[in-house]
Amino acid sequence: MALIKRVPANLGLDFIGKRAFFLVFSALLLAVSVGSVALQGLNFGVDFRGGILMEVQTKGPADIANLRDRISGLGIDGATIQAFGEPDDVLINLPSQGETAAETQPLIETIRAALSDVAQEYRRVEFVGPKVGDELREAGALATVLALLGIAAYIWFRFEWHFAAAALIALVHDVIATIGFFSVTQIEFNLATLAAVLTIAGYSINDTVVIFDRIREDLRKYKKMALPQLLNTALNHTLTRTVLTSGTTLLALVSLYVFGGEVIRGFTAGLIWGVLIGTFSSVGIAVPLLIYFGLRRTDMASTEEEAARP
Amino acid sequence: MVHLSRWQLFVVLAVVLLGLAFALPNFIPREDLEEAPSWLPSQQVNLGLDLQGGAYLLYEVDLNSVFEEQLENLVDAVRVDLREARIGYTGLAAQPAENAIVFRIRDPGQLEAARERLVPLATGASLRLGEDGAGRIELTERAVEERRDHVVQQAIEVIRRRIDETGTREPSIQRQGDERILIQLPGIDDPERAKDVIGKTAKLSFRFVLSDVTPGLDSIPAGAEVLPSDERLASGSTRQYVVRKRVMISGDNLVDAQSTFQDGQPVVSFRFDSVGAQRFGQATSENVGELFAIVLDEKIISAPVIREPILGGSGVISGNFTVESAQDLALLLRAGALPAPLALLEERTVGPGLGADSIRAGEIAALLGMAFVVIFMAAVYGLFGVFANVALVTNLILILAVLSGLQATLTLPGIAGIVLTIGMAVDANVLVFERIREEQRLGRGPVMAIDAGYRRAMTTIIDSNLTTLIAAMLLFQFGTGPIKGFAVTLMIGLVTSMFTAIMVSRLLVVAWLRRRRPKELAI
Repeated sequence: MALIKRVPANLGLDFIGKRAFFLVFSALLLAVSVGSVALQGLNFGVDFRGGILMEVQTKGPADIANLRDRISGLGIDGATIQAFGEPDDVLINLPSQGETAAETQPLIETIRAALSDVAQEYRRVEFVGPKVGDELREAGALATVLALLGIAAYIWFRFEWHFAAAALIALVHDVIATIGFFSVTQIEFNLATLAAVLTIAGYSINDTVVIFDRIREDLRKYKKMALPQLLNTALNHTLTRTVLTSGTTLLALVSLYVFGGEVIRGFTAGLIWGVLIGTFSSVGIAVPLLIYFGLRRTDMASTEEEAARP
Repeated sequence: MVHLSRWQLFVVLAVVLLGLAFALPNFIPREDLEEAPSWLPSQQVNLGLDLQGGAYLLYEVDLNSVFEEQLENLVDAVRVDLREARIGYTGLAAQPAENAIVFRIRDPGQLEAARERLVPLATGASLRLGEDGAGRIELTERAVEERRDHVVQQAIEVIRRRIDETGTREPSIQRQGDERILIQLPGIDDPERAKDVIGKTAKLSFRFVLSDVTPGLDSIPAGAEVLPSDERLASGSTRQYVVRKRVMISGDNLVDAQSTFQDGQPVVSFRFDSVGAQRFGQATSENVGELFAIVLDEKIISAPVIREPILGGSGVISGNFTVESAQDLALLLRAGALPAPLALLEERTVGPGLGADSIRAGEIAALLGMAFVVIFMAAVYGLFGVFANVALVTNLILILAVLSGLQATLTLPGIAGIVLTIGMAVDANVLVFERIREEQRLGRGPVMAIDAGYRRAMTTIIDSNLTTLIAAMLLFQFGTGPIKGFAVTLMIGLVTSMFTAIMVSRLLVVAWLRRRRPKELAI
């Protein structure tokens, strides 16, 4: 009755033999990500670019063209007005005007006054001064770098340097590919999406560590097996788990994407993409990299044997 | 691993029961909670501003103006003292960038006399006088720091008084960094009014008007300045007055202010303390027929004529008030002036509608996500999947319990963190079950397979969860706002999921194993 009974323990898939294919795919992914960020950049939300965000619920379905006319009539530069989920829900985005907070902030009142006859409720009003925007961007970048280094340091402490280096590269790969996703789709990149990127780092490393753990164990168990074959065995043994955990996580995330509301939809989209990429990178990048880093059995065994001696 | 000692069983039961006790208040309406016995936990999850609606305001205290003023006062004091002592000087000026003032004593022979005069002025500052007569008084770093702390602390006090007067419930006013103040006002429905009340410096002063000097035509005499007023001229421009810089009485001498009506117009009545009353009485009796200006933050609210001496120490400010603006002014005067102007750096307000929608959406997503995972696990692992599901539900209860018990703040990204943990929480059990499957395939019996499965999976579970925990802790440490909220639930979820996956599901598996003594495992 349990479906798992029908899943064979070892599918015997040759992941390592296809490593060139995985690496080329990754290289393409990274090229597209970096290219997109360089060419069209990220669609920074109000947190990072500074400015004003207003979510307005209108009386009846919103007439966006009319709202656009009203706001451009105020002589405000660079405002974007878009529908947001429901027909009576509108998002107004304004870039920072000038160098100081004092030049932008009063526009909230100006816009409120201009829309007073059509606005039912202001569901959200966010204003971020240029100084705070810069600070949030710096703090976000710092958090990302520190999180990656912290994770790599832990892996280094628990495993050998080969593993730490491979894990770190896979992590950076996931972070770049996720940022690339936000650039290509132009989904708004804000504090919450940054949290998504960092969660992906945490999720992906979780995946990688499970496989690395198995490799380490197999290195001790099968003393004579060639490395590529050993890596394949470890990958196949953990494959069911990799697929099941990604599956349940995706189930939860898809439910969040569909039912969690408009505000966190972009955030969830990033998480879903990141779980897919993180799972791929653990199998397709982190493990094959161990071969390129020249992992040998002696790297693992030496400390064990010394410890075993009285 | 298949043997659970009595105390392990006890710990698991205790944790689960405690979890239930702390999670339960969230499902009971607030009114009923107050009637519950006091020894039961009664705290509900603390909702973030994005979920319950409210305003988040980050202000910066403009300390430059404070130090500029302090330096100006020091320049004045030096000028007066040196003049009194008949010591010649040149180039007396403030250097705000360096928190210092500089000057030069003309006659080096008077250096000692100058030093004697100036030393008492230089409290909290260092005085240097060179042989060539070059002098410099610089505020010490410690004095600057103390002053800054004092000003920010005082600003927080004033803001707290003002917010309390508006009757907002549970406001949070915190200092952030050196010179910032973070204000969080949950459930507030008119953030614009709150900003009006908080952001005004509200420095009130009574000063004399130089009515024989016309602004724009005559030259402005020393010790006077031109200020705009609320009055409109026939041409549509605002009327300006020339007023003395010297303050007759400042708002510090007010003891009370109330909004009231006079001839059907909203006005603000005020009362001075005894010093203020005396000074006001004297000044008005000596200047009958003259105009005086009531100045609020460099703007004249009204400039009445002194018809007769005002001796009672109380009066009325009439100006272009609405009922609400009169109430606000009275409130500001009662709460006192801010020691320095505030600049709004960041503002986030969420209406109650969006907050409620977000909670509902989050609940639906969490419940459905959970339902999907539960069905999936039961389908894939059968009975063992059911064990994992019991652990999953326990996990959710424990997350809720820890959030309520620690009074951590739940935000919208925090809900996302919980949903993500629901997906990831089964990971530990999947790891264990896959191990059990493998061991079984190697020919081990159920007991041995389960024992080895838990034992072998343990290091992996700890390693993988610890790495994610490190990421979450760094997010919490360096992240701001929504990132912090997300990191909190992720951290709690990781710890509780390790506990439930290792202890709760194992307890169930072991109990089942002892009772049924199966010949083989159905996974």
